[in-house]
Amino acid sequence: VSITTIVVEDGELSTVCYRPEGLDQLLQQTKFTRRELQILYRGFKNECPSGVVDEETFKLIYSQFFPQGDSSTYAHFLFEAFDTHKNGMVSFEDFVTGLSIILRGSVTEKLNWAFNLYDLNKDGFITKEEMTDIMSSIYDMMGTCTYPCMQNDAPKEHVDNFFQKMDKNKDGVVTIEEFLESCQKDENIMQSMHLFDNVI
Amino acid sequence: MAAGVAAWLPFARAAAIGWMPVANCPMPIAPRDHRKRHDELIILNVSGRRFQTWRTTLDRYPDTLLGSSEKQFFYDEETKEYFFDRDPDSFRSILNFYRTGKLHYPRYECISAYDEELTFFGIIPEIIGDCCYEEYKDRKRENAERLQDDQDDNKDCKLPNMTYRETMWRAFENPHTSTMALVFYYVTGFFIAISVLTNVIETVPCGATPSQKDMPCGERYTIAFFCMDTACVLIFTVEYLMRLFAAPSRYQFMRSVMSIIDVVAIFPYYIGLVMTDNEDVSGAFVTLRVFRVFRIFKFSRHSQGLRILGYTLKSCASELGFLLFSLTMAIIIFATVMFYAEKGSSSTKFTSIPASFWYTIVTMTTLGYGDMVPKTIAGKIFGSICSLSGVLVIALPVPVIVSNFSRIYHQNQRADKRRAQKVQKARLARIRIAQTGSSCTGFLQSKRNDLLNELLELTGSEEEEQQLNKGMSLLESQHHHLLHCLEKTTAHEFVDEQLYEQNCLETTIQSYTSRSPSFSSQDGPIGTCCTRRGKMNSPLPNSSLPLQPSHQQGSLQELSALHIQCGDKLPHTTSRSSLNMKTDDVGLINCKGSQITTAIISIPTAPSDTTDGGALHGPPQRRPPPPPTGPQAPSINTTASSNVIKVSAL
Repeated sequence: VSITTIVVEDGELSTVCYRPEGLDQLLQQTKFTRRELQILYRGFKNECPSGVVDEETFKLIYSQFFPQGDSSTYAHFLFEAFDTHKNGMVSFEDFVTGLSIILRGSVTEKLNWAFNLYDLNKDGFITKEEMTDIMSSIYDMMGTCTYPCMQNDAPKEHVDNFFQKMDKNKDGVVTIEEFLESCQKDENIMQSMHLFDNVI
Repeated sequence: MAAGVAAWLPFARAAAIGWMPVANCPMPIAPRDHRKRHDELIILNVSGRRFQTWRTTLDRYPDTLLGSSEKQFFYDEETKEYFFDRDPDSFRSILNFYRTGKLHYPRYECISAYDEELTFFGIIPEIIGDCCYEEYKDRKRENAERLQDDQDDNKDCKLPNMTYRETMWRAFENPHTSTMALVFYYVTGFFIAISVLTNVIETVPCGATPSQKDMPCGERYTIAFFCMDTACVLIFTVEYLMRLFAAPSRYQFMRSVMSIIDVVAIFPYYIGLVMTDNEDVSGAFVTLRVFRVFRIFKFSRHSQGLRILGYTLKSCASELGFLLFSLTMAIIIFATVMFYAEKGSSSTKFTSIPASFWYTIVTMTTLGYGDMVPKTIAGKIFGSICSLSGVLVIALPVPVIVSNFSRIYHQNQRADKRRAQKVQKARLARIRIAQTGSSCTGFLQSKRNDLLNELLELTGSEEEEQQLNKGMSLLESQHHHLLHCLEKTTAHEFVDEQLYEQNCLETTIQSYTSRSPSFSSQDGPIGTCCTRRGKMNSPLPNSSLPLQPSHQQGSLQELSALHIQCGDKLPHTTSRSSLNMKTDDVGLINCKGSQITTAIISIPTAPSDTTDGGALHGPPQRRPPPPPTGPQAPSINTTASSNVIKVSAL
């Protein structure tokens, strides 16, 4: 990544321009074709002329898809999952790396990515609190006008269900092995992992 | 959809993978993208100037000319380009709209030409970006006013079918509309002038007669003046009553300033008529005559300038109030000082502080009558300070008030403009939401379409089904698929407000039915989303008939009522096995259904599948045969099938 910063007189940063690695390098790092990368970059650059997405823009974009509910929390978790360098910005590389795993990775890689999304503090365990946070954020996206009426403990119920299914040794946390094992046994999940393969 | 949404949709869909491991139900199938995946350049030839862009750029807005198949009409086979015989300069901003998602209004363009271009290309002007919106609206309003002025000149003809009352009111408000009105206008104006003049002349001393001293004309020619006064008051009363009769809103008219002035102008005369003989109150009666001077305000109907002055004074009331307040402060201060300064001197006119007020006011306004002058040295010093500061205190606020006048005047104009625009913008925001369809109404609409699809499948008409599906662009169907996945993950459905409120009402009513606990206990092992369908039926067993008519409103609700009727029959044969059977069916149906199915209709079809399928050959052919049912099934089915027949009759 090459970074150009333009500094204005009183010392404030005005614009920061990020330029991604060359196309060939990205081709090596991801599983997209040249054409796909071109289309992806064009779309990305069109929306974010500066070359990076910050969290606010991320939330704004995501909220356009879920107008009835509040998608900011889930967007925040997504942002954390994409921002592998933890610098508050998602550059095109991060973006495309993440997408490559989700869309072109093996099922194990995809499940790994999902596990990483749920594991908020990235310690390798999904606790009930983390799961509840994620679940509430997903339910928040539905908003209030739902059928049946959204109860306050709906996410919690769902989380209990999840842990019942996934937590094999009942120690209150889900490790990556338990997660992979349970998901690979569930036919629905395995099928739905391939649902978005042809999105790009 | 906005450009932003279109570009990020693949990402949002990819990110939905995060929901997959937590969902308990299988997800609906994604809509297939039949078109070629790679992007191609399109050449747009506008009057010789060639513009090029990607096809996907234009596809972002499928409800415009360039984004839809309408542009095929303009395709030139030989040159392989789209030719438009329009203005290339305006086309620049239109094409930029596709590229950036923001429509800009170029200042040098004529507003009507620009509007025409927008209409031609199917773009609604309301999506002009905020940066150019105000300018656009201003120009549009200006233009409209110009056209309106031209039209108004031709509008003098009397509109037919106006009642006599309306004609009169119109004549009063616009004297130029008819000659009668003009005559009336001038007559009343003349009489107002006469009345004011007589009031004035009444008090002038007429020539002295040998018999008496000089006396005012009013007392000399009492009869003449009385007759004049009576005539004027008569005219004014008649005018007032006529206006009262003709006013469209009498109460409004009586509260208006002009009518109050009218009343105040004629009242003293009547009061005077009533109490001429009583000596005690004649003093008060004399005071009342002072009110006759208010007749001069009646001129404000005749003079536009007077009205504007009154309005500006009203709007500057706070500034004037502040001026008054600061003056009062200064007066009190200086009067006190002068009083104490002059206290020592003998035979001073400054007898008290209120008495010194007069001196202070006269001095500060630089009038200087000279009836009160300080005699002590201290008094003179403070008196000079008073007059100097008076200049400042008076002179300073005046320009402020003057500039306030002009500022407030312009502000009022701009505020009115802005208010009008804000109302417009709120309305337009609603148009935007409704138009873009990215809100859930689009999604709910498509769900209803899918229900209709199901019905059409039942009746077996393929063509209509395809027509419904074509209505949505690929982007929209992908977005709806995304929302559908979310619904499946959380085991809740999006509904619109109306339905939501109804449901909340019902669930509170049904919350204490005895059945629901028994159902919920059965729900446990099945899983949340499938449980939901069981729960959807659970409030209904004890539902009384009156509830069902409440569902009769929309097609969505009607269908749900029908399925609820189906569910209604189930409890007669309630058993765990039958419930399990039903939900298994539902699970199977969802896995292999070829369309985006919704929960509601699948339930009535489930029992119907278990029938011999007499009336409904359609669904069993497209869905897998259901598992063998329990012994109770037949009783459900016969009743259920009758309900489902009702469905297809829709």
